[in-house]
Amino acid sequence: MSDDNQITLTINDQKVVVDKGTSIIEAAKQSGIEVPHFCYHKRLSTPANCRMCLVEIKGAPKAMPSCYTMVGQDMEVYTNSELAQNSQKGVMELMLINHPLDCPICDQAGECDLQDMAVSYGSDRTHFKEEKRAVPDKNLGPLIRTVMTRCIHCTRCIRFATEVAGVPEMCATGRGENMQVGTYVEKALESELSGNMIDLCPVGALCSKPYAFTARPWELEHTDSVDVMDGIGSNIRIFHRGGKVMRIDPVECEDINEEWISDTARFSYDGLNRSRLTTPLRRKGKSLEACGWPQAFDAIKKAAGKASKPDAIAGLAGDMFSAEDLYSFNAFMKTTLKTDNVDARTDGSTMTGKHRCKYVFNSGIKGIDKADFILIVGANPRLEAPVLNARIRKNVLSKRLQVAVVGAPCDLTYPTMHSENTAIILDQIASGEHPFAKQLEDAKNPMIIVGAAATLARKDAPQIMYRLYTIADQYRVVNKDWHGFNVLQQKPGRIAALDLAVYPEEKGKDTAGILKALADKKIELLVLYGESDIPPESLKGAKTTIFIGSHLSPYAEVADIILPAAAYTEKTALWMNTEGRAQESKKAVAPPMQAKEDWKIFRALSAEIADPLPFDTQSQLRALIVKRAPVFENLNTFVPPKWESFGLAGHILDNAFEQPVRSFYKTNEIMRASQVMTECQDLADARADVNAKQRKVG
Amino acid sequence: MKLWHIIRQFFLLDMIQGFSVTLKNLFKPKFTMNYPLEKTLTSPRFRGEHALRRYPNGEERCIACKLCEAVCPAQAITIEAEAREDGSRRTTRYDIDMVKCIYCGLCEEACPVDAIVEGPNFEFATDDRSKLIYDKDKLLQNGEDFEIRIAERLQKDAPYR
Repeated sequence: MSDDNQITLTINDQKVVVDKGTSIIEAAKQSGIEVPHFCYHKRLSTPANCRMCLVEIKGAPKAMPSCYTMVGQDMEVYTNSELAQNSQKGVMELMLINHPLDCPICDQAGECDLQDMAVSYGSDRTHFKEEKRAVPDKNLGPLIRTVMTRCIHCTRCIRFATEVAGVPEMCATGRGENMQVGTYVEKALESELSGNMIDLCPVGALCSKPYAFTARPWELEHTDSVDVMDGIGSNIRIFHRGGKVMRIDPVECEDINEEWISDTARFSYDGLNRSRLTTPLRRKGKSLEACGWPQAFDAIKKAAGKASKPDAIAGLAGDMFSAEDLYSFNAFMKTTLKTDNVDARTDGSTMTGKHRCKYVFNSGIKGIDKADFILIVGANPRLEAPVLNARIRKNVLSKRLQVAVVGAPCDLTYPTMHSENTAIILDQIASGEHPFAKQLEDAKNPMIIVGAAATLARKDAPQIMYRLYTIADQYRVVNKDWHGFNVLQQKPGRIAALDLAVYPEEKGKDTAGILKALADKKIELLVLYGESDIPPESLKGAKTTIFIGSHLSPYAEVADIILPAAAYTEKTALWMNTEGRAQESKKAVAPPMQAKEDWKIFRALSAEIADPLPFDTQSQLRALIVKRAPVFENLNTFVPPKWESFGLAGHILDNAFEQPVRSFYKTNEIMRASQVMTECQDLADARADVNAKQRKVG
Repeated sequence: MKLWHIIRQFFLLDMIQGFSVTLKNLFKPKFTMNYPLEKTLTSPRFRGEHALRRYPNGEERCIACKLCEAVCPAQAITIEAEAREDGSRRTTRYDIDMVKCIYCGLCEEACPVDAIVEGPNFEFATDDRSKLIYDKDKLLQNGEDFEIRIAERLQKDAPYR
């Protein structure tokens, strides 16, 4: 044999060569042979308790579970022999003993593993004549609906909660027929990834509560897209029916989200149908009234004509926008309205698009699998990017990775070393006084994760960045074949905004400048594009305020003209995730009523006011974007940027890092409009209150 | 053979044969029914106007499994569902476009709870097409109106199913 790590075996008389340590079920899968299974899942541990994957191995006295049996040299495996088939039939019959015949009212019906396996591998009759058992349903919170009678005890949910989500709250109690899967204490799961259990459940025991009974899998159309509820750009599949999003599921993507998505990505879709802007609105006295697009455009044209000088015009963009949106907004402001007072960095950050390496996740999310020490600075990956946190946890559990945190106290679901919460610690690490410095030095592939939300909006951000640059340089965080300096962006549109320079490029005002000018009544026309973290009160003061967005927001109070735009499921668009990887989302449903795709609004508006912007179609717009920022050319590829020095030397303020995410379930307008997310947030707040009280008592 | 043809033609035997049928029927009792005062018997399998049934305790049978909607070859059925207040699975909308419907009876066969049935009634002609788009209320009303006959028919047909 040429390679010691390769093993040759035959499965169903077919020769298969696989790596050593592969299970038979994986080997079979690699060679295209299906072995029925329920409890086995490649990203979870293997308990071998469903017994569905029994196969015959020549020489073995009985059928063996293929998920738990590793391949051996010259093994002869049969998945379709009489013994194997009889085992499968027998196991299937046992499984169906207590499974209720309620497929017609089960949401899983049509995409149920048990249904499929029963048809493909089961027998058509049973010996069982006794009564079936019934199990009381458990309360797992507002996201997961349970029908525990359907449970077949595969324990995937328990393993997921314990291993991936890091909330060891699920358990199996009782034995044999009395075994029940549930929580130790009846309460909602404290996980940001709990929705994935619904996908994992091979039967209909765990179903989505918001989706309950609303649709059947066979009547749904689906569109592959990109999630924008956090910055990592998880790959999702949007299921829709009749122009309405019915549910959102993850798509497997090894580089980004494996096959998990956060609960905010999965369950916030009901916000897409609530408090939407459906028609242009105009202010009449104190109230807003609906008007047509031409009237709204007219009003904007008049307001733009009245503006005394370009400097009296300003524009602020939110964080939920794609490259097309941001490019067209930027072009509209800078070419049509001829003002440089444009900013998409509404959190007050002053970072520009120079040196790409200072604002993207340079190692790639997959790079976490290679790291052996992570220094988290001012980030809370559990709330900023739950899926990324699950990947860190996976590596921590396999004992290869250690994590140290400089920042606000947080529970990341795995053991971490916390330092005091002050930015000064970075000075100590740079000078080698702090214990983290030693660990950085000893690590082979050290990694730094900087939370953009808590760090880059600080006043001393350039100094912090400089200090981080020195640390990275000093401790070989970046070397020839390892690039471990990462910035975790929580906002989906921020990197695209920096790449496309949606900030003042010449002498324009940035966010702080615009807010100050507003307070001084120096702004005559203010264009608010989407919601941001700026409170609406501080946006008062302009003569005319235009709000362009998908949802009716508090900004409507200050706006004189409102234009309805599309949400992320309603446009084909490019999104740049925190790694700096461009991904395309596809239009799943049409914008509601009179709402239009954002770039079309800016294009039409520009033609009304001055010369039209130089694009008529989306492909022309794409070409312009690629010309401005070539990173948008190659979709779904991750190219680590060049390592350059950045930041400004100087003193770091002795300030604590703030909590980057205050309300996890309310981080953007879609979530704020969603009823499900409101319920989740109320629950999380109540839980935080209880915890705070307990801490006081303790 | 040819000779027999010539004889038949010559003596008008075909004519006599034909008219004899007419003559026979002339003296038979009349078959015409005095519709609508009289009606012919229909088979228990007759596929007439649809109805949604209820259980004897008044609970509607339909559980919104949407199998009828899926099986309908004319796509005449539209169902929307959500959890009722008590958490059970029920339809919020159950429409049948009686103009699209081809009365094939597949919905009835697909139904796991005998909720949707094609009843004995065939007299639902209207002067307005829009009245032929039946909603849930209308179908449930049909179920109440025809329940006795529907139950009887289902019982009669049960041995053959």
